[in-house]
Amino acid sequence: MKVKFRIRRFNPEVDKKPYWGEYTLDNVEPTDRILELLHRVKWEQDGTLTLRRSCAHGVCGSDAVRINGVNKLACKVLVKTLDLKDGGQVQVEPILGLPVVKDLVVDFEPFFDHYRTVMPYFMPATPRPGDGRERRQSPEDRARFDDTTKCILCACCTTSCPSFWASGEYVGPAAIVNAHRFIFDSRDGATQERLNILSEESGVWRCRTIFNCTPACPREIEVTRAIGEVKLAIQRNGR
Amino acid sequence: MDVKTHQFDVVVIGAGGAGMMAALYASRGAKTAVISKLYPTRSHTGTAQGGIGAALANLDEDHWEWHAFDTVKGGDYLTDQNAAETLAREAIDAVIELELMGLPFDRNPDGTISQRRFGGHTNNQTKKPVRRACHAADRTGHMILQTLYQNCIKEKVTFFDEYQAIDLITNNGKACGVAAVCIDDGEIHVFHAKAICFATGGWGRLWETTSNAHSLTGDGPALVWRAGLPLQDMEFFQFHPTGLYPVGLLITEAVRGEGGVLINDKGERFMERYAPTIKDLASRDVVARSIYLEVQAGRGIGGKRYVHLDVRPETVNRYLAEAGEDRRVDADYILSKLPDITDFCHTYLGIDPTKSPIPIQPTAHYGMGGIPTDLNAAVLSSGAGTVVPGLYAAGEVACVSVHGANRLGTNSLTDLIVFGRKAGKAMADYARQADFVPLPTNPAGKIIAEIERIRKSSGKTKPYMIRQEMQKVMMDHVSVFREAPGLQKALDTVRELKSRYQDDLAVDDRGMRFNTDLLEAWELGCMLDLAEITTLSAMERKESRGGHSREDYPKRDDVNFLVHTMAYPEKGGIRIAHDRAVDLSLGYQPAERVY
Ligand SMILES: Cc1cc2nc3c(=O)[nH]c(=O)nc-3n(C[C@H](O)[C@H](O)[C@H](O)COP(=O)(O)OP(=O)(O)OC[C@H]3O[C@@H](n4cnc5c(N)ncnc54)[C@H](O)[C@@H]3O)c2cc1C
Ligand code: SF4
Ligand code: SF4
Ligand code: FES
Repeated sequence: MKVKFRIRRFNPEVDKKPYWGEYTLDNVEPTDRILELLHRVKWEQDGTLTLRRSCAHGVCGSDAVRINGVNKLACKVLVKTLDLKDGGQVQVEPILGLPVVKDLVVDFEPFFDHYRTVMPYFMPATPRPGDGRERRQSPEDRARFDDTTKCILCACCTTSCPSFWASGEYVGPAAIVNAHRFIFDSRDGATQERLNILSEESGVWRCRTIFNCTPACPREIEVTRAIGEVKLAIQRNGR
Repeated sequence: MDVKTHQFDVVVIGAGGAGMMAALYASRGAKTAVISKLYPTRSHTGTAQGGIGAALANLDEDHWEWHAFDTVKGGDYLTDQNAAETLAREAIDAVIELELMGLPFDRNPDGTISQRRFGGHTNNQTKKPVRRACHAADRTGHMILQTLYQNCIKEKVTFFDEYQAIDLITNNGKACGVAAVCIDDGEIHVFHAKAICFATGGWGRLWETTSNAHSLTGDGPALVWRAGLPLQDMEFFQFHPTGLYPVGLLITEAVRGEGGVLINDKGERFMERYAPTIKDLASRDVVARSIYLEVQAGRGIGGKRYVHLDVRPETVNRYLAEAGEDRRVDADYILSKLPDITDFCHTYLGIDPTKSPIPIQPTAHYGMGGIPTDLNAAVLSSGAGTVVPGLYAAGEVACVSVHGANRLGTNSLTDLIVFGRKAGKAMADYARQADFVPLPTNPAGKIIAEIERIRKSSGKTKPYMIRQEMQKVMMDHVSVFREAPGLQKALDTVRELKSRYQDDLAVDDRGMRFNTDLLEAWELGCMLDLAEITTLSAMERKESRGGHSREDYPKRDDVNFLVHTMAYPEKGGIRIAHDRAVDLSLGYQPAERVY
């Protein structure tokens, strides 16, 4: 089938302001991924079209974009899921709330800065076991934080969050998800420090439970639920 | 063009598992920087699914010696046995170190790290599969990558994210720097260093059907080659038996580890014929060839080029019962052990693997060859074992050679951690006693000229045309089965593509900012170099061994070819020599490989 692409373009070296570029592709298969089609536009029609990508199957978190107004990984969206007619149109633009570098590429630094503020690393509660072996953890304790270990830092959640759009100071759901992964790990001993960080001005209380983030997550992490659990832990002073 | 210069004791190129492990260790003793063309968490290590191999013996009796032997046998005896020993011995401690860094492994009821079966990993006495693959669901690589990045943040490792290395700078045979382009603004930076480590991962994008990321274009080996250094065993590239049909993305061996079986169009579990003892869990090369043969014999599903991987509970349980095992599985168990696989099948094919079989075909997966190194990750300049001062390599890009002619599943992640750590330690030690080798004058002059040539190129051939042709010819003639005429055709085509790349390239984007058009074109140049070296290496190995199967030389030939291939750059061409001996120090004599 034929598909029209409407892509938000901006190259700061030549453009004064962003514009919509239009491209038509023939021979599109219903099983084609949007990433492949963006590649076809870039490779066959206009090499200046710029995007990030790597794994092409939804696990590296490189290619978060807005497809028809919804945050998605371009490599995880198949044409057939968009309900297009022959000649139908797909709109692709950069995710919102992070500065655009060029075309679909945004500046991820503010996003990673927020991530780094929540101590996203293991702070062991106990010394290394004397027998030189692993720390033990029951399957139940391990299951407690399984969901939030899946995060690939793609920013789909944070850049769909109205509170983040309103203020870039807000650490955003992705950072909270990553804090959750450690706060609820029975082996970790820095729960209180993380809860203190997240109870600051820029922390969890900026979340108004608008739920945009959860459906945006390509890893199907229950983002809002994780945020709720962190809020509760702050109120309880511990996990 | 303005060039910015930085100075570090140690520079690591690549921020996957190997690069970050090396950086963590190096930065404890030396001023270290990591350069990566991707954000570290985007590295391909994150896609590794099934597990990391180590003889922890948490569930079954196991010993590092068994792991070492399996590695040697899996590698069809081309594996250096001292390297297999290092890998298997140090794996145990390396996996425990990951756990102590916080990695959330799946757990056994007693709280220890959970382990499962994987192809080629056996109890050496009974020859039955052993549970050795430590895992975190089917996203073990993701957990490793995240855990290492988290620890790098904790230890304040310096990163240059989205900087692409484009040249290795040497002076009098010593490595002294790296030229890199800052992708964001296009500026060229020179990193002056005492020690440099390549950890740039694989090059599966040489082939049409691959499990590898778009970024895996072999930049590392190409840079080392262009600096006048050899590459080893490049003909050995693993085709993983179970790539999702038709997209090629990987369906982990853990599916078979959990009980999944391969089925042909007649409903036969055909691996019973090819590997009577461990069947579907035979080495990857064996399984990939078996699938090809089934397809060739017209037993692909509906006559097409794929077979089925069946992990429906009723199928798994039927074969478990047949094998006299007590274990039974249900759909929830499969889902909990293989959540990502389930998601891939759902997203890309719209099927539920607990209800329908998964269509699969072999897919280009892993480079056993690469930059030759010794056991401490130091790069070699010859088969005789001469070391290049200041130069290191670790991870998939390196050829220690621990994987020989065919890598066992779960051994790559182990390799990253064990040899990444060794590289980090060795570089910190080296930096402590060595002085900076001065940079040559105008160190980036040549590479800037090459980059500008590509930026301004105004021919008629777009990079994708050349890339697609290369990928197709490599897939047709330099994949699971090879023979002389096909290899010759591939070589001719690649050489012709190289000349078009030189003379007729067309790049649209002439800007400085985030110019991925330019960088993709530059990466294509790396791939063309590696395609030529791979094909020539394959032509010169006139035997079949592991991942290299010659239809015209179907037997393994230990008299002439129990030796590594070295490709040397010479007078603008390639010289193939078989001059690096295989280490046999564990005393495992080459035997026929039966599974
Ligand atoms: C789908 C899949 C599943 C797998 N599953 C398993 C498994 O279960 N068990 C197992 O043991 N192995 C598995 N493997 C193999 C294993 O994952 C890889 O071999 C391994 O992760 C490679 O790690 P690495 O650190 O060497 O490189 P990578 O993780 O690929 O990292 C390469 C790094 O180099 C950087 N880089 C590359 N070129 C440049 C350049 N020019 N300049 C700057 N930076 C550069 C990249 O940005 C990246 O950071 C799997 C592989 C695939 C593809
Ligand atoms: S639930 Fe909170 S974090 Fe998620 S989108 Fe709404 S405000 Fe943002
Ligand atoms: S929580 Fe989900 S959407 Fe948010 S960054 Fe992580 S993976 Fe992406
Ligand atoms: S390209 Fe990796 S998530 Fe889409």
